[in-house]
Amino acid sequence: MSALFDCRDAFSRTLEELADQDERIVAVVNDAVGSTKLGRFAARFPTRFINVGIAEQNMVGIAAGLANGGKIPFVCGASCFLTGRALEQVKVDLAYSRSNVKLCGMSSGLAYGQLGATHHSIEDLAWTRAIADLTVVVPSDPSETAEAVRVAAASAGPVFLRLSRLPVPELHEGRAPFRLGCAEVLRKGTDLTLIANGTMVSRALEAASLLAAEGVSARVINLATLTPLDRDAITAAARETGAIVTVEEHAVHGGLGGAVAETVAVTCPVPMRMVGVAGFAPAGPVEYLFEHFGLTAQNIRKAALELMEARVRS
Amino acid sequence: MHKYPSLDLDAASGDAQITALRDLANAVRRHSLGMVHGAGAGHPGGDLSAADILTALYFGVLRIDPARPGDPLRDRFILSKGHCSASLYATLAMAGFFPVDELASFMQPRSRLSGHPHRAGLPGIEASTGPLGHGLPIAAGAALAAKIDGAAWRTYVLTGDGELQEGSNWEAMMAAAHYQLDNLTLIVDRNGIQQGDRTERILKLEPLADKIRAFGWRVREVDGHDFTQLLEAFRATPFEAGSPSCIIAHTTKGKGVSFIEDRAEWHHHVPTSAELEAALAELGGTAQ
Repeated sequence: MSALFDCRDAFSRTLEELADQDERIVAVVNDAVGSTKLGRFAARFPTRFINVGIAEQNMVGIAAGLANGGKIPFVCGASCFLTGRALEQVKVDLAYSRSNVKLCGMSSGLAYGQLGATHHSIEDLAWTRAIADLTVVVPSDPSETAEAVRVAAASAGPVFLRLSRLPVPELHEGRAPFRLGCAEVLRKGTDLTLIANGTMVSRALEAASLLAAEGVSARVINLATLTPLDRDAITAAARETGAIVTVEEHAVHGGLGGAVAETVAVTCPVPMRMVGVAGFAPAGPVEYLFEHFGLTAQNIRKAALELMEARVRS
Repeated sequence: MHKYPSLDLDAASGDAQITALRDLANAVRRHSLGMVHGAGAGHPGGDLSAADILTALYFGVLRIDPARPGDPLRDRFILSKGHCSASLYATLAMAGFFPVDELASFMQPRSRLSGHPHRAGLPGIEASTGPLGHGLPIAAGAALAAKIDGAAWRTYVLTGDGELQEGSNWEAMMAAAHYQLDNLTLIVDRNGIQQGDRTERILKLEPLADKIRAFGWRVREVDGHDFTQLLEAFRATPFEAGSPSCIIAHTTKGKGVSFIEDRAEWHHHVPTSAELEAALAELGGTAQ
């Protein structure tokens, strides 16, 4: 078993590095200092650490104003509140206004497990993906998180980074960590393609290993950028492998699976299965919820085999 | 292209200055009504109540250069009541941000003058507004940026009064007081009427000044159609070092046209040709 990491550490470390180099960078939080892991940032850059209290609409508006005044704000809060509570501000104050603000949705997906469905953020990608001119990125490991933070800081305009607190392995050792808008083929394959992002990439790779043992050659694509979408890589996967399983720690509607389906429906329709969160979660810890919704290597394998069988029958 | 005289208000004294501002404000009103008539849509009641405040700001208060709309050290003005875009566009054009002739394109296909202000679309627009309760948080953020930099530029934001029913305003008021943003001035266009009825009948705001004071601001109330009072209040900001300033400008919705004044139905009524003609006559000239 390889070592596991909390990507928030890479996030906060990188933000501090950037803040050292560029004094325009500021952090804006809604009292979530500990859960965003920005305690050291706050201590090192006290005038550039803005805590607006528990007020997400104001938090995003203030960030738009800071950007108007020449700052590069990183707005950090639990993804469920940041996106859900302030969605109109994200649309109007940031995207429509092309404000240079970076949104960092922490502890997204099912990460808050036992706290319940109120705190799960399984709609954030559907909401942010529907907004024009808003870049949407879901990193899968520490190095991809760090590079995504650097790319966000360097690119003009609004970016939504969907981050997690769930432990994940490092997947990019010896690889280029992240290129905005480029799908990344992590494993070659010819029989079908598994497309995942965030916490589900390592599980998709594990499922591909299981499938290989059964003679099925699965391509694995890390689709970290949902907007702008790498339609060419998705279409190539459909054309070359003929079937796609999408895997996401997000509602099965409107997220990664939706983005892939919207693409292939137009460019190269192929049979698909979508593994994701179907409905509000019952009570239980995050490990239970991952089992409940089938966000596991075994269930991804099962979905892939069902898809292969359906293709043989049709 | 129509041109307006550039005013040297510091040099202009007393009555001459007030007369010049009144003429400019009535030109803003005439443009606004003409634009709403031409587009077949808009919010003339609020345009007319805000015209004097906008004129005082753009021709007497703001340190801005229309030739350099991106100057990092410019003062910022944010129209939070974005539905009154016609009066803002008219004021910006008259101040020199874009040609006055362009006002005729209001809400037309591919115009830069969309129904509500679009920051990315037109020089001089500091924030995209329209959904209410957005301007004050953005203004607080801008003021905070200036504070972080120790810069002297100031931020002004004009809200409606009904708009203060949106909770985001009160979040921003708390933050502005907490961060001691004495470089921030909020002007409330207190015309007393929102879309459906009088504010005090829909959801009462009073005692408004006391509420804003309780949030840590310093508040003055003025006649929002009296340029002497408006300019005095603006020049007295910050009312207290370390506190944000609020000017509650008591106004009349539809100010300047007898049959529009203080009538809720003119919130977004479009004047007919006959109504436009009568209104322009009361305002002392033609639309252009």
